[in-house]
Amino acid sequence: MSENGHHVVPVKLYMLVGAILLIFTGITYGVALIDLGPLNTIVALCIATFKATLVVLIFMHVKYTSEKLTKAVIFSAIFFLGLLLTLSLADFGTRAWL
Amino acid sequence: MSDSHGSAVVSGAHAGIQDAAQRELRHHFVDMQQQSNTASLGMWLFLVTEVMFFGGMFCAYLIYRLMYFKDFAAASQSINVSWGAANTAILLVSSFTMAMAVRCAQLGKQKLLVVFLLFTMLFGAAFLGVKSKEYYDKYKEHHIPGANFNFDDGKLLGHPEYVINQRHAEMFFSIYFAMTGMHALHMIIGLGLMAYLIIASMRGKFDTSYYTPVENIGLYWHFVDVVWIYLFPLLYLISRTKG
Repeated sequence: MSENGHHVVPVKLYMLVGAILLIFTGITYGVALIDLGPLNTIVALCIATFKATLVVLIFMHVKYTSEKLTKAVIFSAIFFLGLLLTLSLADFGTRAWL
Repeated sequence: MSDSHGSAVVSGAHAGIQDAAQRELRHHFVDMQQQSNTASLGMWLFLVTEVMFFGGMFCAYLIYRLMYFKDFAAASQSINVSWGAANTAILLVSSFTMAMAVRCAQLGKQKLLVVFLLFTMLFGAAFLGVKSKEYYDKYKEHHIPGANFNFDDGKLLGHPEYVINQRHAEMFFSIYFAMTGMHALHMIIGLGLMAYLIIASMRGKFDTSYYTPVENIGLYWHFVDVVWIYLFPLLYLISRTKG
């Protein structure tokens, strides 16, 4: 704990997260060269989400925050982004039905 | 802090003690922790608006990609994926050095803080350097949307017979330049913020009780990194196989 009550993350964890992020960047590149059909995009997005989650939880300290409001704000961001994408896609995907 | 009625602040100033907590605590906060939590929440709210800002562009990308998939794949294949992967690595390393900078600020290691901020700035600048090289390549190939746009040299991997729709490929590049351009603008602003942090920390503005700017600019920097984590596969890796 630092003076104002913030969690100090060990250097080793930061290095581990950094290494995992770099390794998964390599994996994304490698997997993209193998033909998996539509799975290519899904795998790439899953890896990106995994990497983004690591950055948000560890580098951005969300895992250690005592402020519950911060987490509510983050979930609302994900929720409204999801709303934007799914409703837009629902519109786009069903226009041919008319 | 002439507008403050807080006795602690006044007596601190009288005693000539000027640590960051006494200098920076605003009178409407109970203590530094409350002030810091409030600043952090405000920063997160700003990042939510940024998520929605980039989200609109991701949505446009998604729909056009579904409409013009083959042209988007061909246009994406014309971008050099090695530079993109290298840039992803550079940006991730800069996020690591930024996280280390915040850690140094938490522990009061002022000299190391400056070193890590300098490294973060260096990697950020390297990212922009690679990006401008990529933009210059696209300029030479006439792949920048506008009057001189030309994608006659484009080929869809594994489907040499497919005739690429020039306007659809141009749409990909419009979205590519809008998204990477907006991302690059955020990086440029980030470099400016880094310069501010370096000057402020060399002047002794921060200590273990007060380093909110380091923390919040750190959040901004990581957010810009997260945007790139998605941009890389979506723009560079639409289809890299013959399938």
